[in-house]
Amino acid sequence: MIQTENLSKKFGDFLAVDRVSLQVNAGEVLALLGPNGAGKTTTMRMLTSVLRPSSGWARIAGFDVLTQAEGVRASVGILTEQHGLYGRMSAEEYLDFFGQVYRMPADLRRKRTKELLEQYGLGGDAKRKIGEFSKGMRQKLALARTLYHNPPVLLMDEPTSAMDPESARLVRDAIHGLRSANRAIIICTHNLAEAEELAGKIAIIHLGKIIIAGDVQKIKLKLLGAPQFEVRLGVGSLDLKDTLPSDAWLIAQGEGWFQFQTDNPIEINPLVIQALVNQKIPVIGLSEVSRSLEKVYLQAITDAQVNGNSMKMSGDMPTDLEIQNAG
Amino acid sequence: MLDNFRPALIITRRELRDQQRDWRIILPVLMLTLLFPFLANFTTQRILGFVEKYGANIIAERFIPFLFMIVGFFPITISLVIALESFAGETERRSIEPLLSSPLTDTQLYLGKLLASVLFPLAAAYLGMSVYLIGIYRSTSWRAEPMFLVMIGLLTAVQALVMVSGAVVISTQTTSVRAANLLASFIIIPMALLIQAESVMMLWADYQILWWVILALVILAVLLVRMGITHFNRENLLGREIDSLNLRWMWHVFRDEFKGEARTVGEWLRWEIPHSVKRMSIPIVWMIILLTAGTYLGAVLVKSIGITPSFFSLESLNSINTKVLDQFRQFGYFETSGVFTIWWHNLRAIAIAILLGSFTLGVAGAIILMLPMIIIGFFTGLVAQTGFHPLTILTAVVMPHGLLEIPALILAGASILQVGASLVTPHRKQTIGEGLVSSLAECAKITLALVVPLCLGAAILEVFFSPLVLVRLLGLE
Repeated sequence: MIQTENLSKKFGDFLAVDRVSLQVNAGEVLALLGPNGAGKTTTMRMLTSVLRPSSGWARIAGFDVLTQAEGVRASVGILTEQHGLYGRMSAEEYLDFFGQVYRMPADLRRKRTKELLEQYGLGGDAKRKIGEFSKGMRQKLALARTLYHNPPVLLMDEPTSAMDPESARLVRDAIHGLRSANRAIIICTHNLAEAEELAGKIAIIHLGKIIIAGDVQKIKLKLLGAPQFEVRLGVGSLDLKDTLPSDAWLIAQGEGWFQFQTDNPIEINPLVIQALVNQKIPVIGLSEVSRSLEKVYLQAITDAQVNGNSMKMSGDMPTDLEIQNAG
Repeated sequence: MLDNFRPALIITRRELRDQQRDWRIILPVLMLTLLFPFLANFTTQRILGFVEKYGANIIAERFIPFLFMIVGFFPITISLVIALESFAGETERRSIEPLLSSPLTDTQLYLGKLLASVLFPLAAAYLGMSVYLIGIYRSTSWRAEPMFLVMIGLLTAVQALVMVSGAVVISTQTTSVRAANLLASFIIIPMALLIQAESVMMLWADYQILWWVILALVILAVLLVRMGITHFNRENLLGREIDSLNLRWMWHVFRDEFKGEARTVGEWLRWEIPHSVKRMSIPIVWMIILLTAGTYLGAVLVKSIGITPSFFSLESLNSINTKVLDQFRQFGYFETSGVFTIWWHNLRAIAIAILLGSFTLGVAGAIILMLPMIIIGFFTGLVAQTGFHPLTILTAVVMPHGLLEIPALILAGASILQVGASLVTPHRKQTIGEGLVSSLAECAKITLALVVPLCLGAAILEVFFSPLVLVRLLGLE
């Protein structure tokens, strides 16, 4: 649904986006992460045919961003970071205006306006001026505008920024609901927890280059090593040197708990429990130690800075997302 | 065609509705539409009372149509504010971004906004003019000629269009309303001067000249609209921070264009200059047409201003001083210092033409360079009345220095026109700034390599040989 190949954008001498290759299929959500000025917004603008790529190509819903700009724009719903609403219009008028811009018939516009305003809890404010809306309400209205023409491709720049937790949850739930077999979504966000929650795949962009991209779990495995597990015990500290199987490594231990790491939890975890039970050590529970996307992100950025903006990834990474190697 | 235009009207409708909800626009428009015409009426009646008492009825006669024009002009000044707000304001607030991501084309968006900026103030202007006319008719029974009404109505509309299209060009070069307002003086000052000139014409009752003003404004509006369509595009609006001035980058672009691929001065002269001249082939053709037209215009002027053969005769020239060549000597001819005087004079004129041309899309520059040809044409027309063949006179006036000076004029003019064209023609590979700097570099290249040496050669010929040819051909000795 979204495919780019060596997409680059230069402003004068400044290379804003450098040979970005991405693929997001229908039904997938990709979180595009990166520091400010990394090239996220420029990439998004190229994907909506607002900016012309300096080199490379991109196809959106089958349309070429260079030669079929109108088709691209009709297929994309974009939620920009600054939603840019018209304060003197009512919510209803605003959505209807964009419906006209997207050449939707009047009866469909009426139906869609009602439907979306209700969905985002703005039904009672349909006739109120947007200038009187709170930040969260504006963001919800901007989201409604993005979805108004039911586009197969959604691009969202900071979809929950400036929203209160309740509104942010509503929007996140909406994005969950938007995942469908025929829709591809890219979310640009600084909120890594949100990215982890919403996206199955991530791409980290740094100084215009994609430094790492792929399935979240596989990237975690690659950057942070094997998954870690914590075992809660019914006794105090123990000597576990001979208890753990050879493929599990003890990484931390305390009063009534220990943590270990293994490449093969499916086979090793039952063996660990078995060993503890055999030694009559009471086990309260075994759980995976949560490793946040933040760790992955910081690790990737640090590695990129150390390695001169490039990370070599092994061949076991998913093939649907291109990995950018050093030039 | 109409289907392509329809989406533009969606934008127009939205913006018009928005304007009607903005008290900052509504209030001044209402005041200028409803209060100002009454004030103008009141003023006219005072003046009529004054001239009735003390005479000079002509002042009253001229004042009524003059105020009619002014009553129309005031509301359309609001169009400038609306346009700056519509174009620069939307860019600054980023509310334009969802529109840029929509299937609307750049031209549809531009036309929609242009119409919205012009329509409301223009409607207000016509309403104000109607209120004024009704008031004047009721108080003085004055009735305007239908053609006069059409003329002032057109003048008002085209002035609004020039202001709005100029505002769009300004807005595309800024990222904030504040910066756009600062740049708006480039529109306000010329418009204020134009209104003063129009006022003079109205008070002299030179209404026919106003048709020429309308024609000139229509041409200007067409150029500005074309320039606006070229510059108002997604790439320019969101592609870069255009408020920042990067002198270093400008210098690099200028230097690269000026130097081209050449590594030595010889290569530059052998390869780069011929390539530059080749690139300017279309402006060169335009300059030849303009200079020819200038010469013809000069010749036609002799008849149109009614100069009769008795007005000028070569005998009268001889009677002043039989030694014409001595007259030339008094002006520095036949001396080396005269060469530098003429050379410097020509270079200064070309420099002024380049400078003015850069601000006026090349138009003022081309007009300045046409002036010598208009004078030559005029002189030819004048002397031709004494019985000489025009070609003989033309040869006497322009030979032999014209062999070098006219190509210099053509090249200088062509490079100035190219600077103007760089602003009104879209560049696929270059930004507007790059295009302008590159064309200025090309202009500098042509000036330095060809125009300056040609002018020097022409000055030498003009000082030492041209007077001899003139005297010989016209038999002035």
